[in-house]
Amino acid sequence: MIKTDILIIGAGPTGLFAVFEAGLLQLKCHLIDALPQAGGQCAEIYPKKPIYDIPGFPEVLAGDLVDNLMEQIKPFQPGFTLGERAETIEKLDDGTFIVTTNKGTKHHAPVIAIAGGLGSFEPRKPLLENLEKYEDNGVAYMIKEPEIYRNKKVLIAGGGDSALDWSIFLADVAKEVTLVHRRNEFRGALDSVEKVQQLKNEGKINLITPAEVVALKGESQLEKLTVKNTSTSEETDVEVDNFIPLFGLSPKLGPIADWGLEIEKNAIKVDNTYDYQTNIPGIYAIGDVNTYPGKLKLILCGFHEATLMCQSAYQKIFPDKKYVMKYTTVGGVTGFDGSKKEAPKAVVKAID
Amino acid sequence: MSDIKIKITDREGVSHEVDAPTDMNMNLMEVVRSYELAPEGTIGICGGMAMCASCQCYVQSDHQLPEKSDDEEAMLAEAFFVKDNSRLGCQIHMTEDLDGLEVELAPEEP
Repeated sequence: MIKTDILIIGAGPTGLFAVFEAGLLQLKCHLIDALPQAGGQCAEIYPKKPIYDIPGFPEVLAGDLVDNLMEQIKPFQPGFTLGERAETIEKLDDGTFIVTTNKGTKHHAPVIAIAGGLGSFEPRKPLLENLEKYEDNGVAYMIKEPEIYRNKKVLIAGGGDSALDWSIFLADVAKEVTLVHRRNEFRGALDSVEKVQQLKNEGKINLITPAEVVALKGESQLEKLTVKNTSTSEETDVEVDNFIPLFGLSPKLGPIADWGLEIEKNAIKVDNTYDYQTNIPGIYAIGDVNTYPGKLKLILCGFHEATLMCQSAYQKIFPDKKYVMKYTTVGGVTGFDGSKKEAPKAVVKAID
Repeated sequence: MSDIKIKITDREGVSHEVDAPTDMNMNLMEVVRSYELAPEGTIGICGGMAMCASCQCYVQSDHQLPEKSDDEEAMLAEAFFVKDNSRLGCQIHMTEDLDGLEVELAPEEP
């Protein structure tokens, strides 16, 4: 069981900055995120896009903003449960919560801050009949253990970086790799596109474009895929052991929608006049995941919401303590790792 | 400054004729959101970067639209329910020559 003061669901910019504000109050944080890395959309969808409305940064790449936030919160030693999705919540008699992920990891905290953005990122599944029947019987939407494809006949569908990169990787592992894409053009790093071209020329990747998979066949295990050439409409069957559609990720609010929180317009209603608490005391929602009159889904608004949430969380955890907000210019930053940053003292010295 | 008229058929098949301003740097996805013709959270998910297909629409009138960018082409190649007249609403900017444009919103991805 992981124990912390504030359990943050979602490791995007808002969730990460909450760690800093909590740290100033000497509160420890742990973050859960469905993606394998921190940063949320900034890291997953648009790391190379410049953002122009972060106060104090005339221009910053989304990926760099995440790196900076990680650096800023390092002294507060946040814990991370990555690649797992928060699934269920249980309120104990003492008012604290236990949140369990889809992989069974349990987290115990007196305060929950949902900073889930648009939701957890789930793989986009192609619209094919019988697709679900073959899940775990040959169909997978993510590659977790490449070794399971050793000496198998694998067909990958998609035209982005992950389709290209995995085709390249599996060309050395699998018995056969077929890459199917609806267009002749691929959207990926130039290196990857060139490498696939080379492997295709060497006969190590069987490239079928412009085409798409239109049907799956097989008794209980996947055996064949029907691939349709989209310009000639000609259909051919390809014998495969595995089908891996890699069509990117799309966000889904997911299990949080069933936690008994008040939901409006696919977002969680909060009290914006005070502390961004939801209808369940002890559960807060900050950043893009919440809604209130006048809500704007901006990173800078998420930072503000995180800050006020932490003040309220402090009062909830220590109801008897009086806390006076201290500026970092005055109090400095004392990390849980023993580090201390503070303004250099002015020199007091007479001038003769 | 002037407004143009746009006819938008929502995902339930209901047709709406709306005024769209041409002087506010708005795109079609934002027009749909401003009139709440699709529920929040189901359209414009990526914010308008051509990185999701939640604002896909079918263009039904024969207006001359700007060419698709590489990003829009690539996104539509991976989107679902794509037709020959599919476009991403976020890539269609409101200009005076789009007066009378008619579009239908594509179904939401499952």
